Amino acid sequence: MSISLTVNGQTQEVDVDPETPLLWVLRDNLRLTGTKFGCGIAQCGACTVLIDGFASRACVTPVDAVAGTDIRTIEGLEGPEAEAVQAAWVDLNVPQCGYCQSGQVVAAAALLQETPSPTDQEIDDAMAGNLCRCATYARIRLAVRQASETLEG
Amino acid sequence: MNLLNPSRRAFLAGSAGLIISVMLPRSARAQQAQPQNFDPDAFIRISPDNTVTVLVKHLEMGQGANTGLASLVAEELDADWSQMRAESAPANAQLYANFAFGLQGVGGSTGMANSYMQMRRAGAAARGMLVAAAAEEWGVPAEEIVVAQGVLSHAASNNTATFGELAEAARSMPMPEDPPLKDPADFIYIGQKVERIDGLGKSNGEAMFTIDVYLDGMETVAVLHPPKFGATVVSVDDSAAMEVPGVLRVAQIPSGVAVYAENTFAAFRGRDALSVEWDETNAETRSSAELARIWAEAARAGGRVAEEAGDVDAALEGAETVLEAEFTFPFLAHAPLEPLDGVIQLGEGEAEVWMGSQIQTVDQNVMAAVLEMDPGNITLNTMYAGGSFGRRAQPASHLAAELASIGRTAGPGAYKLLWTRENDIRGGYYRPLTVHRIRGGLDADGNIVAWENTIANQSIIAGSPFEGMLEDGMDPTSYEGSTQMPYAWPAHRVSWARMESQVPVLWWRAVGHTHTAYATEIFLDELLEQGGQDRVEGRLALIRPEAGRDRAVLERVADMADWSGPGTGDRRMGVALHESFGSYVAMIAEVEEDRGMPRVTRVWCAVDCGFAVNPDVVLAQMEGGIGFGLGTALYNEIVIEDGGLVREGNFDTYPLMSIYDMPAVEVSMINSDNDPTGVGEPGVPPIAPAMANAWRSLTGSSPRQLPFQSAGS
Repeated sequence: MSISLTVNGQTQEVDVDPETPLLWVLRDNLRLTGTKFGCGIAQCGACTVLIDGFASRACVTPVDAVAGTDIRTIEGLEGPEAEAVQAAWVDLNVPQCGYCQSGQVVAAAALLQETPSPTDQEIDDAMAGNLCRCATYARIRLAVRQASETLEG
Repeated sequence: MNLLNPSRRAFLAGSAGLIISVMLPRSARAQQAQPQNFDPDAFIRISPDNTVTVLVKHLEMGQGANTGLASLVAEELDADWSQMRAESAPANAQLYANFAFGLQGVGGSTGMANSYMQMRRAGAAARGMLVAAAAEEWGVPAEEIVVAQGVLSHAASNNTATFGELAEAARSMPMPEDPPLKDPADFIYIGQKVERIDGLGKSNGEAMFTIDVYLDGMETVAVLHPPKFGATVVSVDDSAAMEVPGVLRVAQIPSGVAVYAENTFAAFRGRDALSVEWDETNAETRSSAELARIWAEAARAGGRVAEEAGDVDAALEGAETVLEAEFTFPFLAHAPLEPLDGVIQLGEGEAEVWMGSQIQTVDQNVMAAVLEMDPGNITLNTMYAGGSFGRRAQPASHLAAELASIGRTAGPGAYKLLWTRENDIRGGYYRPLTVHRIRGGLDADGNIVAWENTIANQSIIAGSPFEGMLEDGMDPTSYEGSTQMPYAWPAHRVSWARMESQVPVLWWRAVGHTHTAYATEIFLDELLEQGGQDRVEGRLALIRPEAGRDRAVLERVADMADWSGPGTGDRRMGVALHESFGSYVAMIAEVEEDRGMPRVTRVWCAVDCGFAVNPDVVLAQMEGGIGFGLGTALYNEIVIEDGGLVREGNFDTYPLMSIYDMPAVEVSMINSDNDPTGVGEPGVPPIAPAMANAWRSLTGSSPRQLPFQSAGS
């Protein structure tokens, strides 16, 4: 079945089973491999993308449910919040293995778009769905804070 | 071939400019490079585009190997950090052996220790060749040439050149046999914070993991493994699976049943639609609770002596007070966030493979055996690994064997093997289920006079290709950390009872230390408490005079936390000290109670890992090790139910710690001139006992069984 998807500003047709999770369409069909597979049941956040601006789990989102929406992956993340987040991630050496970090960066950018100056509690609440097996959480907190301060700049 | 990243072969074939290698000493003790082993592809490539690419022989799995080894080369080269790149070296045991093992692979936190001099020498050799090329081109004495930030210059003749401009000319210069190394006082990168070389790519989605490899015509393969350890396939009904659109074929392989499909979703759905009859005649059907009872009986009965001094039986007999405790540790899954995976492009008589390979030499040899090829005909590309924690270091390379079997069964073509989370959590290769039984004796003054510890668990290395690491039939990885403790016991005995089951076990970040630190540092704490001694002062009094590094980290952490005992009120402190893999770590945890569970609010950590080559990597590994050890102690266990099924399957039942549980962490390094030792594992062991000791101050007891939150409770 052909489905029209708008990913990172580009609209394209994909011919897939409509039940296919968005994650596998992004990866297998569109070769946008920054979005990762970790659990398949929306427990880890490695597959976090923005759907109409909201951080969403692509592994449990059927592709036909997001036809016509604005889908943003790590590859197409843009704007001052995303830039500030990525700069802080690099500056503070946040990633270790790095596998979860696409999802972390997307979640952090979404937080700052909604809440430019989050409290510590708001940072934890926004990031709690994104697991990091390397436990880089201390630096994730610092980096979100630093990105927020950059934006206030 | 349509591949998102250039293959290693293309990279090597297309390389131009200066390529340097140094020779590899055959053992860690050999300090001199051996020029006859020169191989031009080995360690450094300086390109005309002015980039310096370091080929890293160790798997980058988050521990910072690429950054660390690149910083060693950059230091001796006097490169600019922005021109440095790092890539995984190809599989080649002759060139890239880990001196600790004699084959290519990394583990036991050996990465930096065995690359420190090797990569510095490589950098110094490359620098010498660049200088020689400049001297020849400019007609000036080499000694007058200055190298700084990636630029060579000669003031008197007013000449300057970048590395890139001299790369071609330098290639024909003789490689210095014994190039001078920098005086540590002149270091600009070593010992300083540098930006992670993989930091940007891992923040913008560009970093390439195995799962990200897509080849033309590649099929995705999901595998159904036996539901019980030791079960085998009787028959497969694949009719429903073959009806799933996109499923191409179903085949039995030695490790289970493989479903080949056009895409991942079809492979997973096809796998779920399989109907398989299993032969469970030889399967493990005992529950983990039953195994724990058997282990505990064995620990009570006593084991083979691993270490003994003094007459511990007499000392216990004569003690005023004898305390006794049994600690039970569950099976644990490593759960790296990238599930196990691999890609093979199988041709006629040759193959190319992409994997997060941690022991490249064994992976390559095992695939060669399955495919009946010469190992040299298998090109193994080591990819970034989305975590390992020991899981990708497989003594018998079961993942590589499964990948090769998938190729062999289907014939020439391209295949991606991708495990689901359930494959991972239920797939065995766990941290061994372990029981410690400890007895300690105190005299009338509260001094410890006897220490006896018996440990029961399965051996990780017995029966594996690493069996040669056994010491007279004893597996040190089963009880490491319970022997060679820093404390001067008047009499002590440590024993090991080797247990057997069909559940495959594997080293799990910090291996034996994960349980020995917990059992010993809690039991010691309780003995000190019973004897009316302060937990820090009491430990310091027990530390042998020669164990100065243990003493120093304990004193440091007590200073950091303003230790004056566990404290009173809602927040209490607990302390633990543990050396592993040559690094010394002491921690103090501040803990409060939150709905019946401990919440760790702050952790102070003092670490001595010798000379800290990359201080920020050391900090990161301590922070991460604390989170890893903390979350595991709070939440994680693999429960095998009666009959042999594994209860947990995904992160809903095997929950990983989230950001909510991460404490504030303060780390202090005791920097010294001692040789650098590892940091990937030593941050894990002390946190759980430090937390449990604080918890005992709050609640009166430290758990005898982990995790704190048993899923059943």
